[in-house]
Amino acid sequence: MEAVSKITAKNLRNRTIKDNMVKVLVITLSVITISPIVLIIYKLVAKGIKQISFDFLIKTPPDTFEAMTALSNGELIPGGIANGITGTLLMVALAAVIAIPVGVITGIYLYENPGKFLANLTRNVSDILQGVPSIVLGLIAYMWVVKNITNGFSALAGSVSLAIMMLPMIVRSTEETLKMIPQTIKEAALALGVPYYKVIIRVLIPTSFSGLLTGILLGISRVLGETAPLMLTALGSTIINLDITKPTSAVPLLIWEFYNDPNMVDLIWSSSLLLMAMVLALNLISKRIAAQTK
Amino acid sequence: MNSDKITKGVLLLSSFIILLVAGGMIYSLVQGSVPAFKNFGFKFIYSNIWNPTDGKENYGALPFIAGTIVTSIAALLISLPLSFSASLFLGEYYRGTKMAKVLGTMVDLLAGIPSIVYGLWGFYVLRPVLISFGLPNQGFGVFTASLILAIMIIPYATSLSNEIISMVPNELKEAAYSLGATKSEVIFNVVVPTARSGIIAGYILSFGRALGETMAVTMLIGNANIIPNSFFSTGNTMASVIANQFGEAEGLKLSSLIAIGLLLFLITGIINAIGKFIIKKMS
Repeated sequence: MEAVSKITAKNLRNRTIKDNMVKVLVITLSVITISPIVLIIYKLVAKGIKQISFDFLIKTPPDTFEAMTALSNGELIPGGIANGITGTLLMVALAAVIAIPVGVITGIYLYENPGKFLANLTRNVSDILQGVPSIVLGLIAYMWVVKNITNGFSALAGSVSLAIMMLPMIVRSTEETLKMIPQTIKEAALALGVPYYKVIIRVLIPTSFSGLLTGILLGISRVLGETAPLMLTALGSTIINLDITKPTSAVPLLIWEFYNDPNMVDLIWSSSLLLMAMVLALNLISKRIAAQTK
Repeated sequence: MNSDKITKGVLLLSSFIILLVAGGMIYSLVQGSVPAFKNFGFKFIYSNIWNPTDGKENYGALPFIAGTIVTSIAALLISLPLSFSASLFLGEYYRGTKMAKVLGTMVDLLAGIPSIVYGLWGFYVLRPVLISFGLPNQGFGVFTASLILAIMIIPYATSLSNEIISMVPNELKEAAYSLGATKSEVIFNVVVPTARSGIIAGYILSFGRALGETMAVTMLIGNANIIPNSFFSTGNTMASVIANQFGEAEGLKLSSLIAIGLLLFLITGIINAIGKFIIKKMS
């Protein structure tokens, strides 16, 4: 605190100058910090928007040769990414079906038994699970599902890797949300002799519903753009596939394929734009719900 | 009552599922990497040979461990001034204002961008810029990957340190102001020392995040199975080598990749546990 102790006119001026310099530096660096998001969105829109059409949503991608012909004629690449969109929706929905019940119930368990050894253990393990890199989850789903259950790359394997990713997020958000509702509401229900499971279904879940929904939507938006685990599990498919035991495409997988094919590379921007739009829309919706309940 | 017992049983069961998943993960990773460790022993960890030629197969993880740690540390150092400034902007200078809200939303948006999109942007936008500055290897390498990783961890580092900075009691700051301290003096003499361990924990957790990033790094690091010998050299990380080589892998190679996955799991687990422990001790 040396600097604070003595105030003379001269060092006051120096200190004010220094203070202003720090402020300018902070503002400058903050602006640099957010510049990538502007640049990235600009690039996606500038290069991707021309390709977005109704066809883009309902057709499957062309083969390399068709794309090459279109390119050499100076036309837009025909077709779309319908197989990716349906695959992403299928796998994310299945992952949600797996992760939501387990996650919410575990969250309730943690909230109901705060000090217990098993609860603390579960909380810590869940925290560690949250930090596991997604590619490792891909390896796990490969060993568990691809090798042992579906005997080949499959949508189910992709869903399992995404579900393990979502699980800790849902556990965490459920517990945090429940902590915010007043104990008295639960006690009132219990005092009336309502069975425990009804207290959970009729009191705990409804009062914390919007919080739970926010957590779930954020979890979904986090896994929506995952590529690495799906490369090891769902592999990809050129056709629309709704069979969960078969290889399936996804929007991020298609982006990866387009990126690796010089003829199709123009499609990466429109696909990324669509993927970003999906992620951001989910983010905004969940933020809106969270803001309304506060 | 009977139904209460069943309910409690179901709650208990679902928490067992989490423990089971985590235990099963460790079990499967260990089991999958047994052939690799049996063949190469502990040399697997410190050998720098990666040779998939049939009959002469020899795998070591050192290049990838080195690549992972170098890129992640570099990313942390690059993102530090940026994310720390942003958290001061949000938590001190413009706390609660509209400007903070706009900046905060934009930082949050960074977290919503999928890894593969960062990779595309790095490949098509950032790389040409770096090449024009004279970066070797077509702009691929540790530096490019670190730069993208730095942007990717900014939202985590910013929101974590902003949270910690906001927790510093107002009385402490007001005491300093009443003694005539300027804003920057309050920040560096009161806020930062008070929040130090929390801020450090936040950066440890961000570091943990950088360790496991896959797609963007895979697209930018150059995918050379060597220990990076300079900041601008190409390399490979543990995550990127799994993504790259998995497609054609079986037998010993697959086992080696799983072993790398196990090591990555352990490293990120330890780093995260340290970060979480510090934060828990604070609150």
